[in-house]
Amino acid sequence: MPKLIIDGAEMDVEDGLTLLQACEQAGSEIPRFCYHERLSIAGNCRMCLVEVKGMPKLAASCALGVNDLRPGPEGQPPEILTTSPLVQKARSGTLEFLLINHPLDCPICDQGGECDLQDQAVAFGVGTSRYDENKRAIENRNISPLIKTIMTRCISCTRCVRFMTEIAGVEELGQIGRGEGAEITTYLNKGMLSELSGNVVDICPVGALTHRPFAFTARPWEMKKTESIDVMDAQGAHIRIDTRGGKVLRILPRENDAINEEWITDKTRFVCDGLKNQRLDTPYIKKNGKLRPATWAQAFEAISKRMNNIDGNRFAAIAGDLAAVEEVFALKTLSDYLGSPHIDCRTENCSLSPDGGRAGYLFNTTIVGLDKADVILMIGTDPRSEASVMNARIRRGVSTGQTRVGLVGAQVDLSYDHDYLGAGPQTLVDILEGKHEFSEVLKTAKNPMLIVGEGAIARSDGRAVLALAGRLANDFGMICEEDDWNGFNILHTAAGRVGAMDIGFLPGEGGLDTNGILAASETGNMEVVYLLGADEIDVQRLANSFVIYQGSHGDNGAAIADVILPGAAYSEKTATYVNFEGRPQMTMRAVFPPGEAREDWTIIRALSQALGKTLPYDNSMELRKQIYEVAPQLAAIGQITSEPISSLRELSHEAIRIQPTPFVLAIDDFYLTNPVTRASVIMAEMSTLKQEMNAEQAAANSKGMVQTHG
Amino acid sequence: MLSDKDRIFTNLYGLRDSDLKGARARGAWDGTKAMVEKGEDWIIDEVKASGLRGRGGAGFPTGLKWSFMPKQSDGRPHYLVINADESEPGTCKDREIMRNDPQLLIEGALYASFAMRANVAYIYVRGEFILERKRLQAAIDEAYAANLIGKNNVHGYPFDLYLHHGAGAYICGEETALLESLEGRKGMPRLKPPFPANVGLYGAPTTVNNVESIAVVPDILRRGGSWFATLGKPNNAGTKLFSISGHVNNPCNVEEEMGIPLRELIEKHAGGVRGGWDNLLAVIPGGSSVPCVPADQCQDLAMDFDSLLEVKSGLGTAAVIVMDKSTDMIRAIARLAYFYKHESCGQCTPCREGTGWMWRVLERMVKGEADISEIDMLFDVSKQIEGHTICALGDAAAWPVQGLIRHFRPVIEQRIEEFTKNPNPQGAVKAAE
Amino acid sequence: MSVRPVSNNQPDSFEFTEQNIAWANEQIAKYPADKQASAVIPLLWRAQEQHYGWLPEAAIKKIAQMLDMAPIRVTEVATFYTMFNLAPVGKFFIQLCGTTPCLLRGSDELAKVLKKRVGGQNQVSEDGLFSWLEVECLGACANAPMVQINQEYFEDLNAENFTMLLDDLEAGRDVTPGPQNDRSCSCPDGGATSLTDASLYANEGDSASSGVAAMGAEALSNIAAGSTAYSGTVAASTFVSAEPALVSFDDDHQMKGVSSAPEETTSQPTERGTNTSDDAKPTGLSQAREGASDDLKRITGVGPKLESTLHSLGIFHFDQIAGWSADNVAWVDEYLSFRGRIDREGWIDQAKVMAQEDGPSDDDKGDV
Repeated sequence: MPKLIIDGAEMDVEDGLTLLQACEQAGSEIPRFCYHERLSIAGNCRMCLVEVKGMPKLAASCALGVNDLRPGPEGQPPEILTTSPLVQKARSGTLEFLLINHPLDCPICDQGGECDLQDQAVAFGVGTSRYDENKRAIENRNISPLIKTIMTRCISCTRCVRFMTEIAGVEELGQIGRGEGAEITTYLNKGMLSELSGNVVDICPVGALTHRPFAFTARPWEMKKTESIDVMDAQGAHIRIDTRGGKVLRILPRENDAINEEWITDKTRFVCDGLKNQRLDTPYIKKNGKLRPATWAQAFEAISKRMNNIDGNRFAAIAGDLAAVEEVFALKTLSDYLGSPHIDCRTENCSLSPDGGRAGYLFNTTIVGLDKADVILMIGTDPRSEASVMNARIRRGVSTGQTRVGLVGAQVDLSYDHDYLGAGPQTLVDILEGKHEFSEVLKTAKNPMLIVGEGAIARSDGRAVLALAGRLANDFGMICEEDDWNGFNILHTAAGRVGAMDIGFLPGEGGLDTNGILAASETGNMEVVYLLGADEIDVQRLANSFVIYQGSHGDNGAAIADVILPGAAYSEKTATYVNFEGRPQMTMRAVFPPGEAREDWTIIRALSQALGKTLPYDNSMELRKQIYEVAPQLAAIGQITSEPISSLRELSHEAIRIQPTPFVLAIDDFYLTNPVTRASVIMAEMSTLKQEMNAEQAAANSKGMVQTHG
Repeated sequence: MLSDKDRIFTNLYGLRDSDLKGARARGAWDGTKAMVEKGEDWIIDEVKASGLRGRGGAGFPTGLKWSFMPKQSDGRPHYLVINADESEPGTCKDREIMRNDPQLLIEGALYASFAMRANVAYIYVRGEFILERKRLQAAIDEAYAANLIGKNNVHGYPFDLYLHHGAGAYICGEETALLESLEGRKGMPRLKPPFPANVGLYGAPTTVNNVESIAVVPDILRRGGSWFATLGKPNNAGTKLFSISGHVNNPCNVEEEMGIPLRELIEKHAGGVRGGWDNLLAVIPGGSSVPCVPADQCQDLAMDFDSLLEVKSGLGTAAVIVMDKSTDMIRAIARLAYFYKHESCGQCTPCREGTGWMWRVLERMVKGEADISEIDMLFDVSKQIEGHTICALGDAAAWPVQGLIRHFRPVIEQRIEEFTKNPNPQGAVKAAE
Repeated sequence: MSVRPVSNNQPDSFEFTEQNIAWANEQIAKYPADKQASAVIPLLWRAQEQHYGWLPEAAIKKIAQMLDMAPIRVTEVATFYTMFNLAPVGKFFIQLCGTTPCLLRGSDELAKVLKKRVGGQNQVSEDGLFSWLEVECLGACANAPMVQINQEYFEDLNAENFTMLLDDLEAGRDVTPGPQNDRSCSCPDGGATSLTDASLYANEGDSASSGVAAMGAEALSNIAAGSTAYSGTVAASTFVSAEPALVSFDDDHQMKGVSSAPEETTSQPTERGTNTSDDAKPTGLSQAREGASDDLKRITGVGPKLESTLHSLGIFHFDQIAGWSADNVAWVDEYLSFRGRIDREGWIDQAKVMAQEDGPSDDDKGDV
C-alpha cells in the first residue's frame, strides 16, 4: 500500500490504482475526457495532468500507477498537487486547445446539458478564446441509423473506437488520418452494426456522437428520470427511463457492476418508439369477425358470458415473454379458482421444469461469476444476440486470455475467438464420452461452466439434451459444493420466464403445456384460452377457441383475440421481473399506460370479480405478500438466493435419447423479439439493415472474399 | 580537428567499397569473436566507460540505457530495435552509415544485442530511404552469407537481424511510436511508464537505439572505451557525425570531435558561411527541434550537449542548419511549424491542436498580418504545448518557435508594423516569395 | 492536413503477383508467430509499387485478409503514413522536399518549375508522366534542395538542372540519381576535408574503388589509372539486383533510366565496358600547354567542378575538345554519366568557336 500526499493530505492507497483513482479517493476532482474506467487507458486528452513533486513534467494521472511513483530522497511519500497553478494552467490550456476547433454550437447540440466539454469548460476553462484562425470542419459520417454524427465536435478522445474494439468486439470504427486531420470513421464509411453500438453515445464526452432518434427532442433537464429495469432480454439491465409529458423519450443505462456494468443493448436503448406505436389503449370485443372498441364493463361481460359455468379443464392460460410476476401470479390464482391445470409460461416449448429445483433453470454461475470461469461450453446458444451485454463480459475474459469458449450449435460470430465443436447433441455425447478433444480442455479446467440456450432444449429431445448437460456438468466438475462453484447455466431470453417459473406458472396435475394447449384448441377441446401477452406462439392454432388477449400491443395475440384487455408496457407499471440469474428486480412506473389500459394484475383482479372468483388481494402489497409466500426468494429484491445444487444431480439421471438434428438458435432476429420491438420503426429499420448486410456478406463470401471481422 | 585515424566512419562519402570485403579491409568485424567472448558485462562496461551518449537527439548515456534491460529473461525474448527513421529536418547522417558503412551498423547490432541478451534485432528504416534500405539489406545478406550473423554464426551467439521500414511519419522516430509502427499500427507514441526496457516490442523488454549509437560501438570496443572518452570533452565524449546544411558554401556530413567550435566546423568542412562568417544570421545547431542560436552567440560556440544547453539550445542530432542574413527567419521557422503540424500524430490534444495554431499564426506573421500582442500569445501557446504531451514532439514543435521569439522578436514586430502601415499586399511588405 | 485525396475510381479487386506473394510470406516470417500484423507497412508498400504507385482500397482489403486484420485497422495505417498514395500519381511521382533546410537552398525555385511544368500538387499531368507533391524533410539536407522521384533521390538541384532532369525523363532518356553536381554522397563539394589519410585504406588493396566525382586526389588518380569506377547509377542497380523480387510499377511504368529494373542491371556494365575502353578515350595532356589552360568554364554547361574533372582527364584547351571524335564524346559522356549532355549543350561547336577566338571573354554564363 503506497503512501501518498495528495493536496496536502497524507493517505495510504491500494496497490494497482492509477493516480487519478487515488486522487478521486482523496476527494480531489480530476477532470478527464479520454479516460473511462471500463476502457483501456489512452492518456490522450491531457486533461487529467497533475503535478508530482520532483517530476520534470506534469503527469497524466489516468495513466500513472501509484506504484510507479518513487518516494523522495529521504523516503518521504510522493507529493501530488491537483490544483497548483501549474496544473490549472495546463488544464485551461488543454481546454483552450480542445475548444479552438470545436464549433461551440451548444445551443443546437443535443449533448447540451450533459456535455463533459461544456461542464469542464465552465469549471476549468478561461471563458475567452484567443484563436483567430478558421476552425476545422470535418465531414459527418453516416455510421448508423441509431447514431448521429457531428464530427466537427469530435475531440479525438477515441473512447468510441476503444469501446467498439474492446467491449463490443466489432472492429469497425477507427481513427484515420493523422494530426489535426485525424477523423473517426468506419471502414469505407460503411454502417457500423453491433448490438451494443448505442453505448458510444453515452461515452462520447461531447456531442459528436448522439442519439439519432432522440435528436432535437428535449433537453436533459426537462425530463423526468425514472430508474427501472429492462425487459428486452432476460439479463435485467438497469436502465433509466427519461420521460416528458407522459412520453418515454429515451432510455439510458444505469450502472450496476453485477449485471450490466454500464452498458445496454441497442434494443433496450432504441426501442422507445415501440412504446407508443400500435398500443392497445382500450378494450376490444370481436363482433362479426371484427374487433370493436368497448368499455371495460362490456369486455368483462363478454368474457363472463363465454366463461359461464365453464369446465376448468376446458380453460387454459399462457403467459408470454414480458409478463411480470404480479400478473402471472394473479392469472395462476384465477386458473386455480377456475379449476384449470392448463397453464404454461414456456411459450418456446422448452423442456425446463422445476423438477431439478430452481437451479435446474437458472444461470447459476451468475454474471459476476463469469469473471472466474476459465472454460465455457456453450450449447445451442448465441449469447451475443440472447444476452448481448453479458456476452461482452465473456468477451473480456476471452480477450484477457483467461477464458476459453467452446460452442456447440449454430455457427455464430460471438465477437471473440472460440472453438467451434459441433452442431448438435451428438457432439455433447462425444465430449461426455471423452471422444472429443474438448473433453480434455474441460477436464483440466479449474472453473468450467456450460451455458444451455433455449435453442438446445426447445425441441422434442429437449429433456435428453438437458440431461446430457447435467451429466457434462457433473462429470467435468462444473458443480462443486466445496468451492461454491456452479457451472450449470440456462440462458433464458424472455424477461418474464424465470419469474413465472418461480411462482409455478406451469401445468398442474394432468395439465397441458403450451404445445398441448394449442393442440387441444385445434381439436376443439379447449373452449377458452387466456393469452397474457403471449405473442411468440403460433396463434393460428387457437382459431377454434375463445381467446382472451391481455397485453400492451396490437401484436400476434391480439390479432386472433375475441376480447382484448389492454395492459401496461414495462415502462408503465411497477412490477417484478426475475432475471436469468434468478435475481428479482422491480421496474418502476415512468409513465401511465395509454388511454384505458391498466396495470396488468389489476385487470385480472377486476376480471376475477366479474367472473365471481374474486382474487384475495386488493392492492399490490397484499398481492406481493402472497407471492412471497409461494416464492420467498422473490422478496429479496436485487438479491440472488443461492440454490441447493444437489438437485442438479437428479437431472443427469434422465434417459438420454437424442436426435441427430443440429441445434437452432432461440433468436433469429436480434432486433425483433417481442411486441414492443415489433412496434418500433427503428427496430424494423435495424432489422432490415442487418439482413442487407448479411446478404452482402454472403455475396462477398460466395465470391471468396471472406471478411473475417464484423 | 579530429585526425583521420580517429574517425570511425571511413567510408562516409561512399568513395570506397561499401561491401563486406571493403568494410573488412577498413577494420570491420575484426576480433569480433574475442570481444563477444569477453561477455555481456564487459561490453556494457566499455560502452559506459566510453561516455557514449545516444546519437538520436536526446543524448541519454547508451551504456546506462543498455543496463536497464533485465539481466535474465523471464521467458519473454529481448529485442534490440535500431532507430533508422532519420527524419529530423537538417539530419542526414544515418543515411550515410546505412549506405556506405553498413557493416559497422550490423556488427554493432550484434554487440548490442549480445550485451542485452537479445537474439533478434530489427532496424526500422524510414520509408523514403529506399536505396539505403536496399544497400543495408544487401549488407545484411552479405553478413548472413559470411555467417557473421544468423542462428549458428561464427561468433557463437545466435543473432538474427531484420530490416523493417516505415512509410512516411516523422513521429516513428519517437521510440515507442516506432514500436507501435513495427507492430503494424499507427505510429502513436505510448504512455510511459512502462518503458520499453520493461514492456517494449510485442510486450517484451526492448531497447531502441539510434543508428549512429550502434554503429560506433564496434570501434569503441576495438579501441577501448577510454579511447572514445578521450575525444571530445567530459560528459560530451567521442566523435560525432555532423550534418551541415543551409547557407554554407559546401553543405556536407562530416565526422568530427564532440565540442568542436561551430565556426571551425563550418569553415573547415563546409567551406564557410555563404558570404563569409559575418554574413551569419543564426544557426539551428541540432536539427529542427532545437531553438535557433543567433550569430552573436555563435562566435565561440562549442558543439556539444552541455555548451549548447547553456545557450538554451541543444545538440540534438548535431544537424547544423546555417542561415545567413538573407534568410527570412520568420518564414524559416514557420516552415518548421508546418512540418510539426504535418507530422503531429494527432493523439494528444496540445500537439494536435497547438501545432496547427502556431503554424497559422506564424504564416500570418511572415506577411506581418498579425497583432503585436500575438507574439506573446504565440509564445504562451507554445508554452501550453511544451511539457504537456505524451511524447517530445510537442516540445520539439514549441522550441523553434520559442527560439524565434526569444531572438528575433524585433524582426516580427517590424514586419507587423510594416504591414500595418500598408496592408496592401502589393505594397512594401516582403511577402513569402 | 485532412485525409489525403482518395480516388473515386477504384479497381474492383487487387491481387498480388505470385512473386510478390512469395515475397510477402518472407516478410511475414520476419516477425514472431501471431505478429503478422507487423508486416502491414511493407505489404501496403509493395502493393502500391505493384499498382502504379498508388494504393487502391481493394489492396487494403486484400492485405487485411492476408494479415488477419480488421480492414479499418489497415485503413488507419494506410491513411496515417503519408507515403501511401490513395489516388493515382504520375508515371514519375515527384516528391519535392520543402522543409527548411531545402527551403534555405532554393526548393521554392524547384516548386516554381513544377508548377509551371506539371501544374498544381496532386494533379497528374495530361500525358500521365508527372505528378508532384511537396513533402516534409526527406533526410538529405546536406544535398539540398532535392526531390524524390519514385524510388530515387535527386539531389543538389537548381532550377536549371532540375529542368534538364525533367526534360530527360520526359524524353525517356536515362537519368542518374544522386547528387546532380557530380559529388559523391554528402562529401563537401570541392573535395573531402576529412578521410584523406591514405593509410586508412592501406588494407583495401585491389578492392579499392571510388565514386566518380568530388573525390580526393588519390581517388582521382585511381580513375585516371582506369580502375573500375562506378557511378551512383550502377551502384543503385547493383543493389536492386540484391532484391530481385521488387516490381516497381509495371513495365509501362518502369522509370526509364533510373536503374530499378533488374534487366538493366546486367546490361549496363557491359555497355559501359565498351564505351569506356581506352580506344575511345580522348587523348589528354599531362599538363596544360605553357602552363596555362583555357578557361573551359566558358563553355555553357561546364562549371568549376567539371573543369577540374576535365583537367584530370588531361583536357585543358578548347581545341582539344573541338577535336573530339564521336567516340571521344561518347566516352566522356559515359564517363561523366552525362546522358548526352555534351551533344545537347553543343560543347564541340562552342569549343571550336572559342578555340578560334583564342581570347578572354566576359561571358561567364556557363557558370552553374
